[in-house]
Amino acid sequence: MSAHVNAGAAPECQVPPTSVRGAALRGVVARPGREAVEAKGWLRAHKWLLLRRASQLGILALFLAGPWLGWWIVKGNLSSSLTLGVLPLTDPFLVAQQLVAGHWPYQESLLGAGIVLAFYLLFGGRLFCAWVCPVNLVTDAAAWLRRRLGLKGGKTPAGSTRYWLLGFVLVIAAATGSLAWEWVNPVSMFHRGLIFGFGLAWGIVGGIFLYDLLIAPRGWCGHLCPQGAFYALLGRASVVKVAADKRSACNDCMDCFAVCPEPQVIRPALKGVGQDHPLILDADCTTCGRCVDVCGKDVFRITTRFNRSE
Amino acid sequence: MTMNDKVQPTGHAAASAPPARRRFLKDVAGVAGGAGLLALGAGLYAKQASALPATAIRPPGALPEDDFLAACVRCGLCVRDCPYKTLKLAELGDRVATGTPYFEARDIPCEMCEDIPCVVACPTGALDRTLVDITKAKMGLAVLIDQENCLNFLGLRCDVCYRVCPVIDQAITLERIHNPRSDRHAMLLPTVHSEHCTGCGKCEKACVLPGESAIKVLPIKLAQGSKAEHYLRSWEEKEAAGRSLIGDQVELPVRGLEGKAYGDTRVGPADLPQVPDQAPAYAPAKPAGGGLDSGWKP
Ligand code: SF4
Ligand code: SF4
Ligand code: SF4
Ligand code: SF4
Repeated sequence: MSAHVNAGAAPECQVPPTSVRGAALRGVVARPGREAVEAKGWLRAHKWLLLRRASQLGILALFLAGPWLGWWIVKGNLSSSLTLGVLPLTDPFLVAQQLVAGHWPYQESLLGAGIVLAFYLLFGGRLFCAWVCPVNLVTDAAAWLRRRLGLKGGKTPAGSTRYWLLGFVLVIAAATGSLAWEWVNPVSMFHRGLIFGFGLAWGIVGGIFLYDLLIAPRGWCGHLCPQGAFYALLGRASVVKVAADKRSACNDCMDCFAVCPEPQVIRPALKGVGQDHPLILDADCTTCGRCVDVCGKDVFRITTRFNRSE
Repeated sequence: MTMNDKVQPTGHAAASAPPARRRFLKDVAGVAGGAGLLALGAGLYAKQASALPATAIRPPGALPEDDFLAACVRCGLCVRDCPYKTLKLAELGDRVATGTPYFEARDIPCEMCEDIPCVVACPTGALDRTLVDITKAKMGLAVLIDQENCLNFLGLRCDVCYRVCPVIDQAITLERIHNPRSDRHAMLLPTVHSEHCTGCGKCEKACVLPGESAIKVLPIKLAQGSKAEHYLRSWEEKEAAGRSLIGDQVELPVRGLEGKAYGDTRVGPADLPQVPDQAPAYAPAKPAGGGLDSGWKP
């Protein structure tokens, strides 16, 4: 949606006009973040990335500690789990499908979904994508390799496809009276596969990797995944946001656009297109913090939506 | 469908709408159509793949398959709490809906835990918590499917499936019938009773045949015929009413069987006319193998 907005955006700000998003998508910037490493050191230039990987792998480790080591801290998988025998957590995306498919789940499932829902509503829907979802490891790897190999072009579906898909997932659930999407949902399938065994699910995960690498840059998470779309809708009013509060220091290196999984969200905040505060309020932003890392001028930081200062 | 909805207005508005708007509508139509196709594909695949193979048995308390597929979120909590590792989650390619729990009785049967931990663990109600007595479970129904290889059907006394049944003498009984092959032995046929069989699969697991079991747990829908409702079973009606609905039958004497219980038409050697002196005109064929002819006739 926002993609349409900035397609013909005029260079109304003082910085020279650059087709930054296009350049980023075409992978012009092969090694973003070099400047930042020089300016702030490797560790600080990878701070949020490392934290994010720690979160993703840590959550996975909690689930795997049971079957691998017999430490049953968390049982189940991301679809529904039980922590320490008391805390139920359920994916609200699944409960939504259940409800339209005509099944009213038990209290603890609703409670679990409520807790998860409240968390993402409050802190940011797509935190799930950047900090929890295991598919992010795969699509990040594909994006990284794409940049390194200098692969250009490809055919990417519109970013709004995922919202349509989300709608149809619910329609199909209602029409078939079953959680039809779960037959193919790569997100739950990947996580479940890691914990309970894969079967042929490797094929689907490999398919996403190759799709992102060869056909559509950031194609899955950024354009198709209905689960990401669901969480994006949750995050519309959430508190944690990235701000380009030192945007006056921006030197147009385009590194942030190159690493951002949703590059279209940066422009309004960084260049003041259609807004004058420096907050990235677009719900598609995953709050991954990678733009904070790679910026040699420390333009970005993670803050709250109430902080509009520059 | 959506594609058509969206494309038409574009056509109508062609003259008046600015080209940007027209292109936007066209884009939306394409995107929606693509997404719709993707979802439709998933839906069709789900529908087509929702048939359960006959040897895949759902956990105790599982809702009927259609409802189960709306309820189970494929979390595996039931699998985790099954102490015997009976249950497993289907992997892609298993021919069972991806991620849903099932077991194969010949592999590991359900041990019918008294506290039914799998049902307790299920957060969604895909496994119904109104099931509190495991002997009331209906995971499937055992069927003695191969009467040619079952040892008891061959006249031996294997009985293993009967012995291992947790609901022995109710879910499975040994029915004694005459063995026409030896003509003087009984055969004890393992017979499953749907009213009590839980479908745990212990019998299938225990069957001594080297490869496939002669007794198998099948989904109830496969294992059971539908009841012929129009046919009243006289014995059931009699039991319910306390007496025969058509009144007691008149018992007419049958000539030659006066000394026997009414209805017993069996003929033994003693009942045959005795002709002691004369040799019979022909010798009755002896059963093969030289067994004694008990004279038993059905
Ligand atoms: S977009 Fe989908 S696959 Fe990607 S990180 Fe989010 S939930 Fe996971
Ligand atoms: S009753 Fe016990 S053995 Fe049977 S499936 Fe449930 S947990 Fe496993
Ligand atoms: S615990 Fe319930 S929802 Fe989870 S996999 Fe088992 S049956 Fe499905
Ligand atoms: S499946 Fe076999 S062992 Fe289990 S209750 Fe039925 S007859 Fe008995």
